[in-house]
This record gives sequence, C-alpha cells and structure tokens, in this order.
Amino acid sequence: MPSQLKRLLVLGVIIISLFLLLKHLATPVSFGQYGHYRGNSLNEIAALPVKYVGSKTCVKCHDSIVALKLEGLHSDIQCENCHGPAYLHIKTPKKDKLFRPDSREFCAKCHSFNKARPEKAVTQQDIKNHHPEKKCITCHNPHQP
Amino acid sequence: MAGTLAVSAVLPSFNAVLFAATKPKKGPWYGIAIDIEKCIGCGSCAKTCKIENDVPPEPFFFRSWVEQYTIKKDGSINVVSPNGGIDGFTQKIPDNEIEKTFFVPKMCNHCSKSPCVQVCPVGATFESPEGVVLVDEKYCIGCRYCIQACPYGCRYMHPTKKVVDKCTLCYHRLKKGLNPACMDNCPTKARISGDLNDPDSEISEFIRKKNVYVLKPHLNTGSKLYYNALNQEVR
Ligand code: HEC
Ligand code: HEC
Ligand code: HEC
Ligand code: HEC
Repeated sequence: MPSQLKRLLVLGVIIISLFLLLKHLATPVSFGQYGHYRGNSLNEIAALPVKYVGSKTCVKCHDSIVALKLEGLHSDIQCENCHGPAYLHIKTPKKDKLFRPDSREFCAKCHSFNKARPEKAVTQQDIKNHHPEKKCITCHNPHQP
Repeated sequence: MAGTLAVSAVLPSFNAVLFAATKPKKGPWYGIAIDIEKCIGCGSCAKTCKIENDVPPEPFFFRSWVEQYTIKKDGSINVVSPNGGIDGFTQKIPDNEIEKTFFVPKMCNHCSKSPCVQVCPVGATFESPEGVVLVDEKYCIGCRYCIQACPYGCRYMHPTKKVVDKCTLCYHRLKKGLNPACMDNCPTKARISGDLNDPDSEISEFIRKKNVYVLKPHLNTGSKLYYNALNQEVR
C-alpha cells in the first residue's frame, strides 16, 4: 500500500473515533431507553407538583361543607373549581387563604343564558333581571344551591 | 371481475378510525372523550389547566381551550374563543339569527401517529409508553417545526423558557393516580380520559355507545380524542 494512503487511513480512523467519542459524550445516558428520546424526561415530567388536590382532601377539616355539597345540585363541582388550587392551603390554611368567589359574574359563567349551553346540562337564569340588586349567595347557598 | 379481484387482493380492507391507533399489548393506553352535549362553556377546563401547569397567563398561550361555534341562519359560521373561554362566554349574536350554536372544547389529541413527533429533528417530542405525547424541555431546541406540523394548533412557544410547550394530559397527575386537572374540574363531566386498553373503562364504554368522531380524520393522525355529537363544521 502506498505510504500516503496509509497516512490517510490513520487520519480517517482518528477522525471517526473522535466523532464516536463526542457522540457518546453528548448523548444523555437515558436516551433510547424507551424510544428515540431521553427516558429520564418521563420521570422529570411525572415529578411536577400537583396543585389541584381534589375535594377528598378537604374532608379532614371541612367535613360538614363536603357533606352538604354532596347532597345538592353542585355535587359534581370540585371545591377547587370555585375556590382555586388548594395545595398550599391544605398545609398552611391560616397563611394561604383561598379565593371566595362571591360575585354575580362568577355564577354567571355557568348559569347565564347562552343558546349554546345544553338545557339539560345546566339551569340557566336571566342574570340581568334575576334579583339584580343582591349577590347570588345572599339567597343561594353555593354549597347547596 | 378479474380486475376487482386483483384490486381487492392488493388493497387492505378499511380500518375503522377507532383502530387507527396501534395499541401496545400491555399497560395503559390513554385516550380522551369529550361530550359536546354536556359542555356548558364555563371554561373551567381552560382555567384550571393554566393554573395547574403554569401556562403563561396571556391569552395566546393555551394547552386547553373552548370555542363557541355559531352557525347563523344566513349560512355563515362564526367561531369565537375569548381568552380561551376562561372568563366564560357572552352570547353576542341574537337568538333569532342563530340556526345552531354549541361549544367545542379543544386540547392535544395525543395522536398515535403524531405529525409533531415525526418532524422533531432532535427527539425532544415523543410518545410515552402510555400513549401521551410529551416535550422534553431540556432537549427542545425551539425550532418550531412541531408547531407547524400540528394540524390542531395545540402547541405554542413558551415566551420565557423559549421551548415548545403543550398538553401533557397532566402526566404528573396520571402517574400519581389522579385525573387530569381539566377533567376533574369539569362541572358536568363532559370530558373524561382513561385507558383505551381496558374494555371496561369509562372511556371504552363511551366510545362503544356513542357516535364518536375525531377531528380531521382524513389526515390519519391516529387521534385519540373522541368527540360525541361533533358537528361537521368543526375544524
Ligand atoms: C359553586 C362554587 C363553590 C363550590 C363548588 C364550593 N364552594 Fe365553598 N364557597 C363558595 C362561595 C361563593 C363562598 C363564600 C361564601 C360567603 O362568603 O358567604 C364559599 C365559602 C366557603 C368556605 C368559608 C365558609 C365560611 O363560613 O367562611 C369554606 C370553608 C368553603 N367554602 C369550603 C368549600 C369546600 C370544602 C368545598 C367542596 C366540598 C366548597 N367550598 C365548594 C363557593 C363554592
Ligand atoms: C388542615 C385543615 C384544612 C384542610 C385540609 C383544608 N382547609 Fe380550608 N380552612 C382551614 C382553616 C383552619 C380555615 C380557616 C382559616 C382562617 O380563618 O384563617 C380554612 C378556610 C377555608 C376557606 C375560607 C377562605 C379562607 O381561605 O379563609 C375556604 C374557601 C376553604 N378553607 C376551602 C378549602 C378547600 C376547598 C379545601 C380542600 C381542597 C380545604 N379548605 C382544605 C383548614 C383546612
Ligand atoms: C362551574 C359551573 C358552575 C358555577 C360556577 C356555579 N354553578 Fe350552579 N350549577 C352548576 C351545575 C352543573 C348545576 C346542576 C345542574 C342544574 O343546573 O340543574 C348547578 C345548579 C345550580 C342551581 C340549581 C338549579 C336547579 O335546577 O334547581 C342553582 C340555584 C345554582 N346552581 C346557583 C349557583 C350560584 C348562586 C352560583 C354562584 C355562587 C353557582 N350556581 C355557580 C354549575 C355551576
Ligand atoms: C333575592 C334572592 C335571590 C338572589 C339574589 C338570586 N336568586 Fe336565584 N333564585 C331565587 C329564588 C327564590 C329562586 C326560585 C324561584 C325562581 O325560579 O325564581 C331562584 C332560582 C334560581 C335558579 C333556577 C333554579 C330553579 O329551580 O329553576 C338559578 C339557576 C338561580 N336562581 C341562579 C341565581 C344566580 C346565578 C344568581 C346571581 C346572579 C341568583 N340566582 C340570585 C332567589 C335569588
């Protein structure tokens, strides 16, 4: 073999092994564990915090309200749908207060007339003319409407 | 006769859209079902999604949102989604001009043949073993190919992280045995998600019993978001 080819061959081997080494160093360990992606990202996404903790968590401290709500027509609405996420409140209830949605607009989001709202799914009310001077919660208990 | 025989030998028989998804043999395989007949357009899904997942508050960034379709008597179609429906909907078009109107909640379809996954040049977006389409924040280079590729408009560029963000079907909740935030907080149970591999799950029953339809079936994305009572006009 001519000597210039030998030298080229050596150079070629060096370049290819350098490329393989770099590729090895640049690829995350868990890449390809399940497919063409970084397997560890699954665990990272799964570890994100939960903010809406669910109505069952409230039983410990607000059992009467939970029971009251279950009897009424708002039974399918989660507490946190109205009060906001409670992940901090359940640990430090005195410090992390929840939202008290007492405005008429709040109830109107679900109960105002809209032709697109299926009549069977929710009772609609003429918000402009239905006792306009007062807040809804003066007459309706939000936990058992 | 011979021609027909030859053609039928070459072409496979039609597969139902329901089976466009190639399920794994074992383990859960998540899908979504939305019942238009139950959606009251309160926007609870869009609101809780934003809070649960730290989606930027500006009204251009959504992982989940609601649209109101109005088909007017003159044949025109009006589609609105003020702030994704988070503040509720006020009917602007008077009753007497409306032929038909309804709400359509939208979110990632978690397709089993996702165009977005196929175009990613670095393997930063992928389908988890449970059939959930996710984005690896650390690996995404922000090239936006996937935003272009998604036919349902379900992806956006995160304004501060500068990577692509999308619905994870609340993967962090699923893994802890909870439902996605949007499903849990729907006041009329209009939306459910669950295991398509389990014939007894609520979603499997929903799909069997109702006339379900997926968005843009002709694109063969293998969408796993099944709508009940979806109107043909919905795009
Ligand atoms: C339809 C919306 C709605 C739902 C669902 C709801 N609440 Fe409320 N809640 C309200 C409103 C509105 C108030 C404010 C009442 C007031 O200020 O008088 C309130 C007040 C409260 C209060 C304060 C009561 C007081 O006397 O100061 C507690 C505690 C509470 N809710 C707990 C719960 C729990 C627990 C649940 C779930 C079982 C729940 N709520 C579900 C709307 C709701
Ligand atoms: C560890 C016990 C505890 C748990 C669990 C708990 N709370 Fe409370 N909550 C309290 C206490 C104590 C107060 C009264 C705080 C005060 O008056 O300063 C309160 C007050 C409230 C209020 C009135 C507004 C406020 O923040 O002062 C609401 C609404 C409320 N809770 C909702 C909920 C909901 C919804 C849940 C379930 C997701 C829940 N709480 C779970 C202890 C708890
Ligand atoms: C997230 C949506 C939502 C919100 C917010 C909401 N409701 Fe409701 N409400 C419902 C649903 C769903 C029902 C049960 C179906 C129905 O209307 O019969 C219901 C039922 C009712 C009923 C009984 C209707 C009947 O058929 O007898 C009243 C009254 C009521 N709500 C008042 C209120 C008031 C007052 C508020 C504000 C504090 C409020 N709702 C907030 C969804 C909501
Ligand atoms: C002054 C007290 C009062 C106020 C304030 C009030 N309501 Fe009512 N509401 C009633 C009474 C009484 C009824 C039952 C009789 C009727 O249908 O008018 C009723 C009926 C309803 C119904 C229908 C329930 C049924 O059985 O058909 C809904 C929904 C409702 N209210 C929602 C609201 C909402 C939302 C607000 C606030 C925007 C509100 N109400 C404010 C007293 C009140």
